[in-house]
Amino acid sequence: MTTRSTVIEHFERVAEEQDRLLPALTDDLPLLESGLDSLCFAIIVTRLEDSLCVDPFAADETLFPVTFGEFVQLYERAVQTGSRAI
Amino acid sequence: MNPEVLSLSNALRSFGNLGDRFIEDSVERIPLDALLEGSTLYGRGSELRGRSVLLATHAQLTTAAALFELDGIARRIVLCPPELPIEHLPYVMETADIDGIVSDRAISCLGKPRPLYFSPCSRNIVPRETPIKAEVPTEWILLTSGTTGLPKLVVHTLASLCAAIPSHKSMGGQRTTWSTFYDIRRYGGLQIFLRAMLTGGSLVLSGQDESISDFLIRAGWSGVTHISGTPSHWRRALMSPAAGKLGPQCIRLSGEMVDQAILNRLSLTYPKARIVHAFASTEAGVAFEVHDGLAGFPCEVLQQSAGAEIKVQEDTLRIRSRGAADRYLGDDAPPIKDAAGFVDTRDMVERRDDRFFFAGRRDGVINVGGLKVYPEEVEAVISRHPEVHMCIVRARKSAITGAVVVADVVLRPSSSSPGHDAKGAQDDILQLCRETLPSHKVPAAINIVPMLMISGAGKVMRQNA
Repeated sequence: MTTRSTVIEHFERVAEEQDRLLPALTDDLPLLESGLDSLCFAIIVTRLEDSLCVDPFAADETLFPVTFGEFVQLYERAVQTGSRAI
Repeated sequence: MNPEVLSLSNALRSFGNLGDRFIEDSVERIPLDALLEGSTLYGRGSELRGRSVLLATHAQLTTAAALFELDGIARRIVLCPPELPIEHLPYVMETADIDGIVSDRAISCLGKPRPLYFSPCSRNIVPRETPIKAEVPTEWILLTSGTTGLPKLVVHTLASLCAAIPSHKSMGGQRTTWSTFYDIRRYGGLQIFLRAMLTGGSLVLSGQDESISDFLIRAGWSGVTHISGTPSHWRRALMSPAAGKLGPQCIRLSGEMVDQAILNRLSLTYPKARIVHAFASTEAGVAFEVHDGLAGFPCEVLQQSAGAEIKVQEDTLRIRSRGAADRYLGDDAPPIKDAAGFVDTRDMVERRDDRFFFAGRRDGVINVGGLKVYPEEVEAVISRHPEVHMCIVRARKSAITGAVVVADVVLRPSSSSPGHDAKGAQDDILQLCRETLPSHKVPAAINIVPMLMISGAGKVMRQNA
């Protein structure tokens, strides 16, 4: 399973749990237009940490991603460099 | 007019000319002098004189307008936050002895029949025949989370709410336009509303259904100079492509533990802004501000903090100030202050060199994006599941909301046998939580564990996160 497919799976699962209608997860989709709120993102990041063993948001210098594509890249880079969660 | 009574309308009149000062939301901009001279209560605000009033409106702006008319008139005003569950209304009304309601919506489910005066309010400002005549120091009641799920009713006065607000003279005549991600019916937002009104500024409020990007664009366009929110509000704002539309001179954070990451991200995005984080709670008031751009607070705060005495006792922060609330409403409500007048914030701190850092809550309360979660309430729900033997609910650090709720669950022996569908149990427990609890209290993850540590007293051991 790729990092991207893991990310997509968690977005879809959380959207379903929270009764949110998720638009197509294209790379240029602004995260704030995904229909998910901060709590949804917090749940996604928590579960991705369990699935992928990384939390790229834990690094102080990480700038927040604005689009879905940037979000996926953030995790792909973290998995490659093995930036372990704290 | 009784000049002795501190009231919003009297405070605003003391400015003389209100010039071009305003309050706006996503629908309209209202000049402050129109609010002071007119009425959004159809000119009938004085009929609520001496009453205990539930103020329950859709829009923040109508709440703000009604506050001008009711402060100094009503005996008590209960600020009803928008997310208050309707089933809690009878408890709130009973506890606050409500005999008047101001609302722009129809209210049902009011509990036992009671003599009530209902005053509609709207955005229409009608001419007022006589000026607002403030006569009594009104009690301002703010709602905050309680252990049982029912809200606690915290009693303030305008004087206690304004204790930490500098006088408008000390602002040096600087014209500020404030904004906030908070709702003004919560302590953090109310502080910004009052700051704007009492220091000569204007205020830009968020709209009910306005997206964060639209709000940021409008705030930028309206020339917001000072803006406040929780770290979680700011993290969300920084995920918006419109974050750059804002050009604030001053950014305030409060309501949650501030970490270094959010301070660094804000200073990267807004290099010209002063970034201040403040410690405040609904009960203790605003205790101190930190200006050095670092998480935690310097030890000197304990010696020299304007307007508040601060001490660390049994590892928790205690505060004595004029900004503290007076009491909780309710027959069996515990005292807010100890005999010496200190409020125990229950926020644990630990000292590292010359700085204190927050280290979770004494009572285990989890702060999810500024909303409190009592673990016991969530544990009670999880324990209802027939397969659950024992559980513990705890905080897990989150870079998005500060913390999220997670649960460690031990299943009953028959359910934890090899081959049992643990995933199914996890899903069932989550479903039960979603059906019973508001979303911020639902665990982000359920961990099925073989055992939990039990203390000598026979209780599951809780570790403060």
